[in-house]
Amino acid sequence: MMYETLSQFAQTFGLVLFVVAFALVLIYALNPRNKKSFDEAKRIPLEEEDI
Amino acid sequence: MSQHMIDRNEGGGEIAVIGALLGVGVLWALTTAARTVDPLMQVHAFIFLAAFVLGGIALGAQVYSGTDANRSDYQFGVVKAGVIATMFWGIAGFLVGVLIASQLAFPNLLYFDNLPWTNFGRLRPLHTSAVIFAFGGNALMATSFYVVQRTSRTRLAGGMWPWFVFWGYQLFIVIAATGYLMGVTQSKEYAEPEWYTDIWLTIVWVSYLLVFLGTIWKRKEPHIYVANWFYLAFIITVAMLHIVNNLAVPVSLTDTKSYSLFSGVQDALTQWWYGHNAVGFFLTAGFLGIMYYFIPKRAERPIYSYRLSIVHFWSLIFIYIWAGPHHLHYTALPEWAQTLGMTFSIMLWMPSWGGMINGLMTLSGAWDKLRTDPVLRMMVVSVAFYGMSTFEGPLMAIRSVNSLSHYTDWTIGHVHSGALGWVGYISFGAVYCLVPWLWNRRGLYSKALVEWHFWISTLGILLYITSMWVSGVMQGLMWRAYNSFGFLEYSFVETVEAMHPYYMIRALGGAMFLTGALIMVYNLWRTARGDVCEKELTPQHTGEDAGVPGGVAAPARMGA
Repeated sequence: MMYETLSQFAQTFGLVLFVVAFALVLIYALNPRNKKSFDEAKRIPLEEEDI
Repeated sequence: MSQHMIDRNEGGGEIAVIGALLGVGVLWALTTAARTVDPLMQVHAFIFLAAFVLGGIALGAQVYSGTDANRSDYQFGVVKAGVIATMFWGIAGFLVGVLIASQLAFPNLLYFDNLPWTNFGRLRPLHTSAVIFAFGGNALMATSFYVVQRTSRTRLAGGMWPWFVFWGYQLFIVIAATGYLMGVTQSKEYAEPEWYTDIWLTIVWVSYLLVFLGTIWKRKEPHIYVANWFYLAFIITVAMLHIVNNLAVPVSLTDTKSYSLFSGVQDALTQWWYGHNAVGFFLTAGFLGIMYYFIPKRAERPIYSYRLSIVHFWSLIFIYIWAGPHHLHYTALPEWAQTLGMTFSIMLWMPSWGGMINGLMTLSGAWDKLRTDPVLRMMVVSVAFYGMSTFEGPLMAIRSVNSLSHYTDWTIGHVHSGALGWVGYISFGAVYCLVPWLWNRRGLYSKALVEWHFWISTLGILLYITSMWVSGVMQGLMWRAYNSFGFLEYSFVETVEAMHPYYMIRALGGAMFLTGALIMVYNLWRTARGDVCEKELTPQHTGEDAGVPGGVAAPARMGA
């Protein structure tokens, strides 16, 4: 693969892929609907019992 | 199907598989020892043979004793073993570090004409592998086995497999270390072990992954806590890096030597893709798993922001894997690839700050605990070092800065602020927490000794990194100094001479770090024995912070 092909791919699809991936992470993390589940998960280390 | 039945099904079957694996191992080791003409291979074949036979005996004893490895309580035995191994290899690795630091300051130290074993070139990989893979690796295995059980509220999966992972990993360490001393190396930094050692590590590591995944699979908690995400990313990525970077063809099946599948700049790029992600996924992601569990636990407060931890995780995973080419500035690697590595390195400031803020802010509202609890203070200082060294790293990845810093002691100082400060302190903090929990003690033997450890080794780290900053920048400037005629101002040996005082300061700093760790081992040993220092029992101590160590470790916690 030549440099031009690779850099063109990186500067178009690569850029889009990373921006979309980051946006999806932000949407998932900031979605108010997930708040309850995150608040529960946050407490896991503090609420331990023996099995 | 009930959980109980699943556990039953695993029992028995896994012992047969491990037994078969050991049997094949014995046959391989015997054949190799008999056929090889390479004396070094013969030594290693005999070590493998002894280990496999001992493993078989241990497995037989397990079956004979009738102990059920698939009981339903937590499997903490293997965590205890991991904690002991962590401290054992830690002391060994720090000791070799002090030794080679002294050799740099005094080159004649342990230099023998006819005995290459104690030569700097052989001891150096022994030090790096001992601290990264033996000390750090055991700390990661022990804590990950503890955390995944606790946060999944279930026993480790796989019955005897966790023990196979533990002892298999120790065998890998012994083979790698003896190999370095005898001169068996494929000369790839942090990936020195030869092909047969690499294959053995692959078997052990895949078993580790399966045990970890199996435990998450049968969890009794709907969520997978963020620490487990970091541990899982560490285990999977290290497997991938290890396999790809070590693709090689052995000269023969009975010879230690092998040739890499890659050559030239492709080899260099693969090596630093591996090398930098060993830093990113072994020394960062794995230890962030420790941070996300042990700091909230010790501070008795949930992590500052779970949302931030998700953004932290995914940005770290996506970005780190591209940063490797910054190790190859001004080389035959195409410039665009160098720029790519540099750019992604700078983007790493994002997860760096995300992680640091999340770790530090967990203490908001509980900052007073830093005054009373030296263990928590150690972990918080560790996060500060994480922030500092991951700020420094991207800076050094910038091509123009790199032209000054690369090949100098600045790099060594940078690595050690991450290794001693971040990796060392977060592991020490976790082990200080774990020993009273695992051995069912109310608290540590002596908090005062933790204070001594903290202050001696913090001073040691500061001496280490400041001397290496000065030495490295000076070295870089001397290399690029020209006189009025356009000739180089200094010969190489003049730079070495100028660095001598800093090398002595560095050796002193390392010795102080080792001293702190020895104090820690004594403290842990007394804790495990059940001793409590008299001072800890005086009223002013039991009054205000009756269980700063013990309070977290409520007596209800059960050991294995």
